[in-house]
Amino acid sequence: MILKGKAHKFGDNINTDDIIAAKYLDSCDDDFLGSKCMETIDTTFIKRVTRGDIIVAGNNFGCGSSREHAPVSIKGAGISLVIAKSFARIFYRNSINVGLPILVCDDTSKISSLDLLEVDLQNGLIKDVTKNKMFSSEKFPDFMQEIIKKKGLLNWIKSSV
Amino acid sequence: MGLTLVEKILKKHSQSRKLEDFIYAKVDFCFGNDITAPLAVKEFLKAKFTDIFDRNRIGFICDHFVPARDLKAANNVKLLKEFAAKFKIKHIYDIHQCGVEHAFLPEAGIVRPLDLVIGADSHTCTYGALGAASFGVGSTDLAAAMKEGKCWFRVPKTIKFVYKGKLPRWIGGKDLVLNTIGKIGVDGALYQVMEFCGPVIKKLDMDDRFTMCNMAIEAGGKTGIIAPDKKTIEYVKKLNPKRKEVKVLESDKDAKYSKIIETDVSDLEPQVACPHLPSNVKAVSKLKKIKLDQVVIGSCTNGRITDLEIAVKIARGKKVSKGVRAIVIPATHKIYQEAEKRGMLKVLVEAGFVVCMPTCGPCLGGHTGILDKGEIALATTNRNFIGRMGHPESFVYLSSPAVAAASAITGRITHPEEI
Repeated sequence: MILKGKAHKFGDNINTDDIIAAKYLDSCDDDFLGSKCMETIDTTFIKRVTRGDIIVAGNNFGCGSSREHAPVSIKGAGISLVIAKSFARIFYRNSINVGLPILVCDDTSKISSLDLLEVDLQNGLIKDVTKNKMFSSEKFPDFMQEIIKKKGLLNWIKSSV
Repeated sequence: MGLTLVEKILKKHSQSRKLEDFIYAKVDFCFGNDITAPLAVKEFLKAKFTDIFDRNRIGFICDHFVPARDLKAANNVKLLKEFAAKFKIKHIYDIHQCGVEHAFLPEAGIVRPLDLVIGADSHTCTYGALGAASFGVGSTDLAAAMKEGKCWFRVPKTIKFVYKGKLPRWIGGKDLVLNTIGKIGVDGALYQVMEFCGPVIKKLDMDDRFTMCNMAIEAGGKTGIIAPDKKTIEYVKKLNPKRKEVKVLESDKDAKYSKIIETDVSDLEPQVACPHLPSNVKAVSKLKKIKLDQVVIGSCTNGRITDLEIAVKIARGKKVSKGVRAIVIPATHKIYQEAEKRGMLKVLVEAGFVVCMPTCGPCLGGHTGILDKGEIALATTNRNFIGRMGHPESFVYLSSPAVAAASAITGRITHPEEI
């Protein structure tokens, strides 16, 4: 699958309170949570996102709480993929479990805001169309690829019964 | 090659005999709260699951936005109660029956040493203080575990933290763990277990141990753990005198650690994490000029009885500074009752503290203590991210109960020995 979108850059240690403020956690609604994505640190983010865009971040993206509302909010905002140097562990497993694509890539600092990206998700290849550069990402372990293929944990469970 | 304590617990619960990189392991208990469990229930129902694995091993602990702060919060609690009734789930607790989940579950004897526990809350790592392997997960993980009784894990590496020296007065678990997070950073233990040990840990009481393991997540840790010892056994037996035997385990002498970090605590000053990261740690003496609008003593990190004892010791006969809103939140209903019975709440109220019902409340900007623009708080909680306690332009400092109580009296960040 090829994902195309423009990059929205974030720094290191973007935490789950940044992604979706705790005051909204009494909602489970994807669209509502999406409309509040990143509000704490960037009130204009949601207005600048076009469906399919890609978040590009530094280290430890998604640190802090276990709220699955965070990846749900990112999906709800129309983001198709998050690329970061590293992810906090609960955010990482939540993303895989809810089917939000993520990639671990050391070179995120070489990508600029609003660069057009084309990403071959299967092979983890990131093409920065604006800069005409290619970056590779870490391969997911086999176990996780199975869950990703089934589009989430609950589908994986159902298919393995 | 030997195994670490967490590896041993994972192996015991794993489906395969070998400890592979990834395991699908049986859990002893899984739970969520009033903000994460409703999402788990939604996913469970969406997947059209019709049965649960064990009605005695699932918990819903309502503690975040309760007693309901608004209609949505009320609806979430009702939804959990209805789901629990339908599936005859035993461990469903509304706020008047529990308190903050990570203080309540050990106190109620529901989580025990050497258990494998998952919770849809990042501070699930707290139970490592009992010698349980306990991991924060998401709502979908909880939904899957409610159905299957299992969860997938990547077997983690472990960093060993050894604390040596003589613990100075006023220094406790909070100072040790803040100091450590300050040293290694908010991703210093990413994906890894933080095993706390050494002569200083042996002497720490259980409440301090809970505080330390609670904050492992703030260094990115998969969990924190302390091998169960005499103090753990005493704690468990005191809660449940009928229990004859408490099993213990520890890491093998030749277990493999990714790193060993030693700290001599003898000269440690009380530690304070400055806005906006738990790793932005300074000694209390460097922050004397910071004036405060609010002080919060409570949460799953520092709302236990010994935390309140310290606050009482400092506040007895004193008055809270006029400009400071000082809030005390006993972490559970039981702790509240004990503090009440022993006259501790009276001392605090007379000093000018307001005592709230057990809840997570202001820790995550839920209710009972939201900060406005420009306000500054010192809290015994665990996170000080931007906007964590309210307005995106408010400021949260994190400290021990001793520093928090002393600072409430003076109105600025203060070393307890000044009082």
